[in-house]
Amino acid sequence: MRRTLALLGLALGPVLVLGVFFVLPVAGMVARGFWPDGAFDPGGVLEVLARPRTGRVVWFTLWSSAVATVVSVLLGLPAAYALHRLDLPLRRVVRAALLVPFVLPTVVVGVAFRELLGEAGPLGGLGLDGTPVAIVAGLAFFNVAVVVRSVGAAWEGLDPRPAEAAAALGASPAQVLRTVTLPALRPAIVSAASVVFLFCATSFGVVLTLGGLRYASVETEIYLLTTNLLDLQAAAALSVVQLVAITALLALAARLRTVPDPAVARRTSRPRAVRRSDWPQVTATLLLLVLVAAPLVTLVVGSLRVGDAWSLGNYRALQTTGEGALLVPVTEALVTSLRTAVDATWMALLLGLVVAVVVTRRSRTPGERRVRSVLDGFFMLPLGVSAVTLGFGFLITLDRPPLDLRDSALLVPVAQALVALPLVVRTIVPVLAGIDDRQRQAAASLGAGGLRTLATVDLPVVWRPLLAAAGFAFAASLGEFGATAFLAREDRATVPVVIFRLIGSPGAMGYGMALAASVVLATTTAVVMLAVERLRVPSLGAF
Amino acid sequence: MRSVRALASVLLAGVATTALTSCSLVGGGDEEETANGSPGKVVLVTHESFALPEEVLDRFEEESGFRLEVRSAGDAGSLTNRLVLTKDRPIGDVVFGIDNTFASRAVDEGVLADTDVERPAGAAAYDLEPRSDTADDLVPVDTGHVCVNVDDTWFEREGVEPPRTLADLTEPAYRDLTVVPGATTSSPGLAFLLATIAEEGEDWPAYWERLLANGAKLVDGWSDAYQVDFTQGGAKGDRPIVVSYDSSPAFTLDGEGGTTTSALLDTCVRQVEYAGLLAGAANPDGGTALLEFLLSPEVQRALPDSMYVFPVRDDVDLPTDWARFAEQPEAAYDVDPAEIAANRDDWLREWSDVTSR
Repeated sequence: MRRTLALLGLALGPVLVLGVFFVLPVAGMVARGFWPDGAFDPGGVLEVLARPRTGRVVWFTLWSSAVATVVSVLLGLPAAYALHRLDLPLRRVVRAALLVPFVLPTVVVGVAFRELLGEAGPLGGLGLDGTPVAIVAGLAFFNVAVVVRSVGAAWEGLDPRPAEAAAALGASPAQVLRTVTLPALRPAIVSAASVVFLFCATSFGVVLTLGGLRYASVETEIYLLTTNLLDLQAAAALSVVQLVAITALLALAARLRTVPDPAVARRTSRPRAVRRSDWPQVTATLLLLVLVAAPLVTLVVGSLRVGDAWSLGNYRALQTTGEGALLVPVTEALVTSLRTAVDATWMALLLGLVVAVVVTRRSRTPGERRVRSVLDGFFMLPLGVSAVTLGFGFLITLDRPPLDLRDSALLVPVAQALVALPLVVRTIVPVLAGIDDRQRQAAASLGAGGLRTLATVDLPVVWRPLLAAAGFAFAASLGEFGATAFLAREDRATVPVVIFRLIGSPGAMGYGMALAASVVLATTTAVVMLAVERLRVPSLGAF
Repeated sequence: MRSVRALASVLLAGVATTALTSCSLVGGGDEEETANGSPGKVVLVTHESFALPEEVLDRFEEESGFRLEVRSAGDAGSLTNRLVLTKDRPIGDVVFGIDNTFASRAVDEGVLADTDVERPAGAAAYDLEPRSDTADDLVPVDTGHVCVNVDDTWFEREGVEPPRTLADLTEPAYRDLTVVPGATTSSPGLAFLLATIAEEGEDWPAYWERLLANGAKLVDGWSDAYQVDFTQGGAKGDRPIVVSYDSSPAFTLDGEGGTTTSALLDTCVRQVEYAGLLAGAANPDGGTALLEFLLSPEVQRALPDSMYVFPVRDDVDLPTDWARFAEQPEAAYDVDPAEIAANRDDWLREWSDVTSR
């Protein structure tokens, strides 16, 4: 009993933050749908669920996200192996580069993809523009980095000896992969896949831009219903569908990633030299690199064109407000972006660390275990709920003392931290769970107090994955668009918001400047990621 | 050796953390904002396309003594809905950017307070339908037309006569040449839908079926249509017919004293953007001063270059390129705001059904 209370006490902080900045706003918006004119009327919501269009929208969301998740995992696994276990030249640079798409604003990636796939583009002959294939490709482009990074980190820390033993006993490489390696990686793969699925299911810009409006997902439908039609009943219905589906997904993922004994003997093996038999993985990695690079190259080339000539004019113009299209120059927005990302990162890390500690302590009773796993899932929810619902919810619920936060400069970093939080938790939890509890008991029996145990047993293992998580959170914050565009004040616009405005301005410079700003954002991200890698983080974390 | 490296890493991380903290928003300690109520501040709520030169905004602060704060997000529809949802505790003092397709919703929901701002010369022509019960809820600030644009150089090169009317767009001669932003996702798209409704009446769904059957491409927003697919856009696409604005030709100059595109003046529908004082505003005096400022010659003159729209005042000069190349139509399609208010949602739903079939 006392343990459960202590557990709840420790969890109180993060739960309160999530309660105020997530549960309250979302509940506020959903309540507007259920109580349309102050009177409870669930019938209207149920009626929406029965519409044939709702069924179509939900089905499209499910299958397109599922396919995109499978594609991301299939593309990501060979690269995760090659970039984390093989001594490939430039592998740190490639790893940093693969994370770049993760932060690019969808509107720019949409444009880059359409320049590539569109009728006039180099791949126009394939006729993919406006098809589900383009949507799936776009979603995979954004999310493959999540698979590479998190599964790769787990792979890096995997003890190679069981696989070597299996090989020595005569197993073929395929058999080793199937019977030894993949089962050991299952928790990491399932976690990465569930995060990717949530990102895909709530992606907004990709579906609209690449689908040519012919496809509607739950997210685009909520956007249309809320911002355009003001049909809050229908929006509430879809929000509830979203929440139910995500809860089911998280429960399934938790079940799939459970392994009998999470404690693992972790050792970081040195990457080994590339052998001839590694060609399939290396080829697959190169292919992935080409797929990710193609839209990026389109961006870079476009950013270097002014009129019909090559020029750095677009980059020089970043110090201006783009012929008056912006209130602050892009350079200033970059500073705002970095400052906001610093705040979002420390918030996400602080919350994530507490959550991770709470959910990984060994449970003594089934009830305690249930509380922990519910908490674990609870902090994943922000990934799965529409940014529009959250944004409008902020406006209608955080509007009076003591929670009059609509004007607060902290609203944007808090919203971004909520998006980054699941990434942090999923990076740290497997590492903490992998620590053999007997080490802590040994420390305690030698007279170490609680804090001392934490400092000597947990901290040495966790601080490096913590740095890796910090890099991830930083990148997620730099690229966040949905909530930021809604909440950021004009004089504190971040780079993605500014890019969105530039690309929508008819001025002659707008388009080129938007591409140049995207390249700057991408480069900044790559540099930050490289710096994190420079800290020599043999990342033991895994999703 | 190992411990030296570990120590170096820790030190480096420490230095980095300190450096970063100093540039965090919290650590930086920007001027602490009090809530809406501080007397010297006026808050403008607007859409994402709002822009005015810094010196113009500074001038307002100098002359009126109020500090101006701009909150912009979303398009005109999202703006209107934000105000409707927060009308009990408004998020600012003044709204700018509600257009004629959403004006009725804002007025009917009681988002706005009465004002007695004086209309400058020419502005009255853009007022909403005269209303008996409310005085002057919304003040017109700028106007423009959404028109079909064509790439003249393309048609000249191909030796094809460019289209002139909406009906022409469904002719086989213009097969696969048109790109249109969506009505549910962009405001020029919605305006174009209204143009087709004004032209075709009840039969507009059939027109859209013919348009799509003739290979018209439907995309997310204006930037997708113009910048990616239009032959004169940033990415040099391959469709020479696009839905855009009457001012667009002023942005496609050929460098030899002409422009490469033109707006089809028989396909235009008028858009007017309004401003108003929010009901329950914390600073109504500051709000009124801001409304008057938006109608002042200084702001009106800056509108074309900043927001690509025409001023409502008829006594300010247009920029040179605009005077030459941004031709406004003599007559445009007009849909009664009351009719828009009554049918907009049904039209949009039906349009979605027709186009996603």
